[in-house]
Amino acid sequence: MPEMKRRIGDWLEHRTGIETAVRNFLYEEIPASSGWHQVFGSIALFLFLVQAFTGILLAFNYAPTPGEAYNSLKYIVTELTGGVMVRGLHHWGASMMIVVVVLHMAQVFLYGAYKKPREATWGVGVVLLLLTLAYGLTGYLLPWDNRAYWGTVVATEIAAKAPLVGPYLQRLTASENGIGVVTFARFYALHVLLLPPATMILIAIHVYLVRKHGVAPAPDEKAPRKRFFPEQVFRDTMAIFCAFVILFALAVAVRVPLGRLADPTDSSFVPRPDWYFLFLFQILKFFDGPLEVFGSVVLPAVAVLLLFLVPFLDRTPAVRVTRRTFAMSVVGVGALGWAGLTVAAIATTPKQVEVAEAGGPQDWQQLSPEELAGIGYFRRENCASCHSLAGGGSSIGPNLTATSIRKSAAWMIEHFKNPAHLVPGTSMPPIQLNDSQLNALAAFLLKLNPSNAAALQSAPEVVVDGAMIYQSRRCGACHQINGVGMKLGPPLDGLGKRRTREWVIEHFLDPQKLSPGTIMPPYRFNNREMDHITSYLMMLK
Amino acid sequence: MLQATEEKASGRRALLVSAIYGVWGLVAAALGAPAAVYLLFPPRTKKVEEWIEAGRADSLRLRVPEELVFRRNRVDGWKVTSDKTSAWVVKMAPGHVVAFAPQCTHLGCAYHWDEQKQQFLCPCHTSTFSLDGSVTSGPAPRALDRFESRIADGKILIGAVRRSGHA
Repeated sequence: MPEMKRRIGDWLEHRTGIETAVRNFLYEEIPASSGWHQVFGSIALFLFLVQAFTGILLAFNYAPTPGEAYNSLKYIVTELTGGVMVRGLHHWGASMMIVVVVLHMAQVFLYGAYKKPREATWGVGVVLLLLTLAYGLTGYLLPWDNRAYWGTVVATEIAAKAPLVGPYLQRLTASENGIGVVTFARFYALHVLLLPPATMILIAIHVYLVRKHGVAPAPDEKAPRKRFFPEQVFRDTMAIFCAFVILFALAVAVRVPLGRLADPTDSSFVPRPDWYFLFLFQILKFFDGPLEVFGSVVLPAVAVLLLFLVPFLDRTPAVRVTRRTFAMSVVGVGALGWAGLTVAAIATTPKQVEVAEAGGPQDWQQLSPEELAGIGYFRRENCASCHSLAGGGSSIGPNLTATSIRKSAAWMIEHFKNPAHLVPGTSMPPIQLNDSQLNALAAFLLKLNPSNAAALQSAPEVVVDGAMIYQSRRCGACHQINGVGMKLGPPLDGLGKRRTREWVIEHFLDPQKLSPGTIMPPYRFNNREMDHITSYLMMLK
Repeated sequence: MLQATEEKASGRRALLVSAIYGVWGLVAAALGAPAAVYLLFPPRTKKVEEWIEAGRADSLRLRVPEELVFRRNRVDGWKVTSDKTSAWVVKMAPGHVVAFAPQCTHLGCAYHWDEQKQQFLCPCHTSTFSLDGSVTSGPAPRALDRFESRIADGKILIGAVRRSGHA
């Protein structure tokens, strides 16, 4: 067996030289001063590979269009075993990548390892940092939830304000008329087609340059050089392991949010960038009016330029890291400034409010149960991924507030069942609902007009679901709400003022006990149904 | 003395090398296992099991197969699509129908009913099946697959498809 192994090894070596190549790589001589402070580059490379791996896995089950991105991602995290894990690794890997790349850069900066002849290595490194940020920017849009949508709206608006190049950037991101299918396609193409090969080529050049010039030694180094393997490889491996354990723990323990489907009409959503861009966001607040472009474009551009120029601005001979007090203070001030701005940005971010405040009757409280249930089907079928409910934003299908008033319920139901029949050439898929559900959807759309769209959309999930249960159980065959339904049983308007929640639940379970002689049958709901239908009934005005 | 330090050094080296292998093995497993599960486990999607009306029972003649076309919902990843499907339906006796899936069990070609020879014929590799779906000639490995089917209120209802056992 060992004989066989040796012969295969010899054969391969003779044909490919692989053994010599690996040997040269591992036995590369490095300065005796090399140690734990030089592990960050290896971690960054490892994280890049993790991102590529998990990114490919996600792409196996992801449809990159605004119409389907959200649903396919939801499918990944709810229906596929290990889907949450894969997405978690990709999401947190992106954040860790930023952290590690910045730490790598700070280490090189502190040690002055960018000095002659390593200026080019530093320059390529700065480009790699920018690419890392570009991944974050383009990847942020891909889940197509509210966070993604609104974050990208702001980012493209900022780009559009850049002096000279603004209009061109806007054209390149196809964001002149809002974010839609074209912007999405471009961000996806950048994220998976352009950035990865660019990163790989630049990493190759970066590593080649590191090898060409050798790892930067300490200035007064006398000790004999040592080999990369096994000691430094061991350090790199252990550091990578620590990083991986943190990443794995984050992916397992911290749920990555998938918000509501991107909704261009949702005026309640407060857009915020991902945490590593928060400091830029906060800086913007200091610049008003015409100065804004200074904070959004000029200042970051100058900062990047300064980064590139670091090796040319500092041409002093190399000294020991402990004596580089100026470099230390630069890193210290930078870190403090960044942390301060980020904390300030987080402190001023209001909590997202998903449910409208209770108060006077909301618009949705005046809907009949059928119309309210229609909102539920509208959400369940993700109609909003193609149809906007107000002006502006993405619109693949027509704006329904404008068109629905002109259509009859019969037309709509026919259209829901077979869209291509009434609108030849439409890309709308048939809606898979039964007749009474389609009736509800049509009833809701008939109620819709431009002035109440936002208010109706704000109906809480629980209440809408309650109305859907009310509909499917045909409660309206005996009860009346908002003037719709029969009066065989008592009307339910204002039930919340007359009865307690507990009473209603008990009444569902055993009507005879609380209303002797009633003809209402007992209802055996599951916990969710009981909770939701009761919540709905209690909110009736 | 020198030998002792050398031995110590090589022992330390062996320890480092095995640690490197061990850690990379662990990392590869921790990434590989979720990936394998993610790619190989079937989705948790609930199957849409429903009975679809394909036609009326009284329009069928006894022991004369008829191809009935109907639409059925199919869960396709994150979508539910409405697909056009057909079934070869035979009224075996009054009140009893059999519905065959429309693909040949050999390589999935669409077959048809040969009126003259009173058999199902697959044009691809000339497999033939008798009225009850069993293979009479050709390369088909097993009898035609059947849909679950029943008659209710004179309507033919088609359910899930069941793979046939053998020829």
